[in-house]
Order: sequence, then structure tokens, then C-alpha cells
Amino acid sequence: MNLLEYLRTFLLRAGQTTLISLRALRRNKMRSMLTALGIIIGVASVVAMVAVGNGAQANITSKVSALGQNLLTVFAGSRKAGGVNSGLGSASALTLADADAISREVTDVVAISPEASTTAQAIANGRNWSTTVAGESPDYLKIRDWKLAAGSMFADREVRGAAKVAVIGSKTANELFGPLNPVGQTVRVGNIPFVIIGLLESKGAGMGGQNQDDRIVIPYTTVMKRITGEKYLRSINVQVGSADRMDIAQQQITSLLRQRHRLTSDHDDDFNIFNQKEIADTVNSISKVITLLLGSIAGISLFVGGIGIMNIMLVSVTERTREIGIRIAVGAQPGDIKLQFLIEAITLSLLGGLIGVLCGVGASRLVGMVADFQAVVSTGSILLSFGVSFAIGVFFGYYPARKAAALDPIDALRYE
Amino acid sequence: MSTPNTSQPVIQLRELTKTYQTGEVKVKAVRGVTLNIERGEFVAIMGASGSGKSTLMNTLGCLDQPTGGDYLLDGVAVAGLNRKELAKLRNKKLGFVFQGFNLLSRTTALENVELPMFYTHPLVSLRERRERAVAALQRVNLGDRLAHHPSQLSGGQQQRIAIARALVNRPELVLADEPTGNLDTRTSIEIMGLFQELNNAGITLVMVTHELDIAAYCKRIVVMRDGLVISDTRYKNRRSAVAEIALLDQAEQKAQLA
Ligand SMILES: Nc1ncnc2c1ncn2[C@@H]1O[C@H](COP(=O)(O)OP(=O)(O)O)[C@@H](O)[C@H]1O
Ligand SMILES: [Mg+2]
Repeated sequence: MNLLEYLRTFLLRAGQTTLISLRALRRNKMRSMLTALGIIIGVASVVAMVAVGNGAQANITSKVSALGQNLLTVFAGSRKAGGVNSGLGSASALTLADADAISREVTDVVAISPEASTTAQAIANGRNWSTTVAGESPDYLKIRDWKLAAGSMFADREVRGAAKVAVIGSKTANELFGPLNPVGQTVRVGNIPFVIIGLLESKGAGMGGQNQDDRIVIPYTTVMKRITGEKYLRSINVQVGSADRMDIAQQQITSLLRQRHRLTSDHDDDFNIFNQKEIADTVNSISKVITLLLGSIAGISLFVGGIGIMNIMLVSVTERTREIGIRIAVGAQPGDIKLQFLIEAITLSLLGGLIGVLCGVGASRLVGMVADFQAVVSTGSILLSFGVSFAIGVFFGYYPARKAAALDPIDALRYE
Repeated sequence: MSTPNTSQPVIQLRELTKTYQTGEVKVKAVRGVTLNIERGEFVAIMGASGSGKSTLMNTLGCLDQPTGGDYLLDGVAVAGLNRKELAKLRNKKLGFVFQGFNLLSRTTALENVELPMFYTHPLVSLRERRERAVAALQRVNLGDRLAHHPSQLSGGQQQRIAIARALVNRPELVLADEPTGNLDTRTSIEIMGLFQELNNAGITLVMVTHELDIAAYCKRIVVMRDGLVISDTRYKNRRSAVAEIALLDQAEQKAQLA
């Protein structure tokens, strides 16, 4: 017999045997379901966890990259002084001169925006809205990778003149003007009238969940001179030419500022630098660890499911000893019997896998409805689930199948 | 497939022995049987319980290997064949009928009869399987019970399904171990009538029975005792099951009229 003919015969036999297996499984619906439960839970958790993990990671990654490209943010205040975050911006140590020095001396800086911000009441169109007033440079949009929906950004000239011009976030615009085009309108901030020259595109929730679209961007000089009267900056946003120069730029800024602030080696930094790439890397490595952890839980569940299948297959072989005896008596070869029980185990675990995938996709949808991000079901995890289910069927079905095939026909026929 | 050699016996046994080893104890169930069975014979094997009839039948049926001696089935030496080769022999050359019917319970009559063809190499097409199974069931007068499950049928009908299953692969030899053991007298005679009909059509049959009444329908009676053949007789004027059923029917009618 040639190979092709052999293959055809094998496939036909396997197909017919699968039908027999499905019938046997249907006869014991409840038992089959309970047996497959381990696989169902295992596969469902793999699919759901991977989907939720991917979704969460994509969500965080997009938020991190929405901050801008290759962004370093220098905050005033020591990291050590009272926890990680509370120190940010609290000490008044960053000056415009620092920003100028960074722009001049750090080679990889391509854009820089000193930031002086505050919160204030914005009044326009007879409405009143409390919002963030961000004092920035014209580079701000480039750094934050932000685009205008209408109008234009202010330029260096307006910064030098501490001009009363504003670019407005979409949320703030909506609160104040509703569907009206805000460009050309006037908004009063701290009782000073500003002409709105631009409208920002919507960006959605930021890293901390706050709405980034609720803000008014004006020149930093205007904030410092006209609104707060502060001499110090809250932070300095720096864009670096390429991702692989970020660490070097961070080092250069650190040593430059330490030198400018006359810090000796026994003093800690009185500023700290938020490195966007570092955050992204951390998010990635954390999500990898979590995926691994969840993956191993799912793996254990699949293993337990496999043992369940082996157990029920052994029971099935014992229960059906007489049937096996009859099949052998009429000419079933040991390989035929082995194939039958192997296929039954594989069918069981693949069915479990199928139901598990459906449950997993369902669970991912549910999470997507509750959480503020979409769970991303990957084809890879579905294929993997089926592959693993198949392998479990083969691995845990082999021993019972071999046991069935090794039965002595005379004993089997006499079995009660 | 080898064409059956009509000149040689279907079964040739020479000093066949079978010893069971249970722990320390050895049981010599068959202790040296020499026997030829020709094509077209209808042999009854008789003997007391424990005389080795079933052991001999299992060996003839290639369900078990002999411990010693020679067994040629259709000219092929069975000793030394592996499980796979024995399975092929059972599938192609042998048909079995058991005392307890041994049908698959949650399966229809038709599927039960199709079962041996499921394991035939090369593959028998679904259509041919169906046609042959239907034909076999018609031959045992169950053409109208194709979709019935064994539990919906009488003992005699179940045994006829088993006979159809034994015939469906056109075997050289049909082996039956106490096929009427679970049946009442009339049904037993009906089964014997069916066997006689098959034998008249050229099928070789070997059956075990401990009832002389039943053995009397066969052409030849082999008697065993303690694992040995003690007599081997051919009968010219065996009983005709068909005639006796007719007599039984007449008697019943008379009883009803009276
Ligand atoms: N599987 C077995 N293991 C051990 N002894 C057996 C086995 N099968 C049959 N025997 C013994 O072999 C002898 C013949 O048994 P058997 O062939 O079944 O007789 P019969 O069918 O004529 O009643 C008996 O003594 C029985 O106990
Ligand atoms: Mg017996």
C-alpha cells in the first residue's frame, strides 16, 4: 500500500472513530462535561488572562506613549523627601535658567518646554469652569505628540511678551462653549482675558486616569508673571532625539543640574527625572511577570484537567471491557482499540478546549465592558489553547488507550 | 487475499495442547487433540463441563494461542502469529456466535452487523458495509428489524443478529460456543434450522453444545473428556430442524383446537 492510500485510510478510520467517540461522550453527557471542566477552566483562564493582560498592557503603553515621544520630565523636589510622589514639585528649585542650560548644553535635546502650571477658574460665555492652566513653551505640542483640531499654537514671540493667548483642551472647550467653535473667543482666567487661538485634539484619560483634555495651555511666562507670580518652574519637559539616547541625556541633565544647584556628593538630588522609556520598560517587565504567573496557574489547571481525563478514560475502559472484547473478537487490531480510546480522550479535551475558548472570549468581553480598556483576544492564545488541549488528550489518553488495547479478548468477553 | 484451497481441510489440528498457569497450579485444559475439519462440515463438540470444549473453541477462533502442537487454519500455521495477525485472521476467516450473544447494547442491529467490516483492511466503503449488513440480516430473517436495539429484541432474534454479524465478512468458518444455551427449545431448534440452512449453502460450522438433542442436527459429533477427544462420529441421517418446527406447529394447532 502506498503512503497516500495509507494516509487516506487512516484519516477515514480516524473520522469514523471520532463519530463513535462523540456518541460515547454524548451517552454520558454530565460525566463528560465534568471531566472536561478542568480543561475548560484552564483554557478559559489562559484565553481571558492573556486577553486582559494584553489589553491592559496596550492600554498602559498607549498612555505612556501618549505622554509624548522620548520624553524626560524634570520635576523639582527630591525623590527621597517623603515618599516617591509627594515630593514632586514641592521644593522650589527649578528655574528658567536651568531650562535654558539644559537646552544649551545637553546635546540630544530636540525640544524643551518649561512648565509652570496652576489651577484656576475659567470664565467664558457666561459659564464658569475650574481647570488646569498649563504654562508651556511652543514646543509643548511637539513634545506631547499632540495636534490641534483648530487654530494655531502660540509662538516664541508670545512667550517673550507673556501674551494673553490660550490654546484650549477639548473638554474645557466643551464645558465652556458647548458645540461652539472656541477659537477667536475670549476666556477669563484669574480675571485676565485670554484670546483663544487654538483648540487641542482630544487625547482621553492620562496615566493617572485624569482627563488630559481638561486644560488651558498658555505661555509659561504668562503664568509666572500674570497669574501666580512664581519665579520657579513646576517641571521641565524635555524631548530627546532618539530612544537609545534617553539614558545618556538623563545622566547629562542630572550632572548639569547637580552642578548648577551646587550639590556636593553627600547631598541627594533636589530634583528628579521621569524617564518615559523607563516607565514603559517597567510596565512591560511587570506585565511579563504577571503573564508568566497567570500562565503557570492556567498550566496547573490544565494539568489537573488532564489527570481528570485520564481518570475518566480508565473508568471508561473498565466499564466497556465487554465492548472492547467484542471489538477484538470480530477483528479489531490492538492499534484500532488504542486509536479509539485515544481519539475519545482527544475529543474530550478538544471539546473542553473549544468551550474554554468560548468562555475565555466571553470573560474577556465582560472585563472589557467593566474596565476602561478593551481586552485583546489573540489568535495565538486560541491556537495555543487548542494545541495544548490536543497534547493533553494525547498525553493523558495514551495510558488508558494502551490498557484497553492490551486486554485479552477472552477475559474481556467474560467480564461482567 | 489468498483464495481458499478447497482440497485441504479448513482446520488441521495435530497434538494440540493448551495449559493454563494460574499461580502455582497448571491446568491442562486441552491435552493433545488431533482433528481435521473439512470444508462444508457441520461439527458438534460435546462433553461434560470442564472438558475443554471452550478452550478448544477459543484456540480454533484465534482468540488464544495454543501451548503446544500445530494448528493450521485454511493451511496457515496460527502458532507464532502476533495479536495483529490473529486479529486479521479473525476478521477475514472466522465468525463467532456466543452463548451470551455479545452484541453492542446501545447500537442498532444494523450497526452491530456492520462492526466486523469496520476493522477490515482494505477499508470497506460505508455503502458496501450497509449493503452487506442488510443482506446478512435478511439472510437471518431480520430484514425488518434493522434499526432495533438488542434490548428491544427477543433472545432468538439477538442470536440471529450475532449470526448475521458472524456471516457478514464471508468467513471460512463459523464457530459457535453453546449458541442455544440461553434459548428455549423452540428458539433453539429455529437457530439450528438457520445453521442447517447456512451449512447447506456451503458454510463450515463448528458448535459446542452439551445437549444431545441439539447435537443431533449436526453432521458430525466430536466428544471430549478431560481435554481429549474420546469419540468422533459422522451421522448420515441427522435431524431436520425445518421438519421438526413443522411438527411442533401442528402439535400447537391441535392443542388449540382441542
Ligand atoms: N482462563 C483460564 N485460566 C485457568 N483455567 C482455565 C481457564 N479457562 C478454562 N480453564 C480451565 O480449563 C478447563 C477447561 O475449561 P473449558 O474449556 O471452559 O471447559 P468447557 O467449556 O468444556 O466447560 C477447566 O478445568 C477450566 O477450569
Ligand atoms: Mg464452555
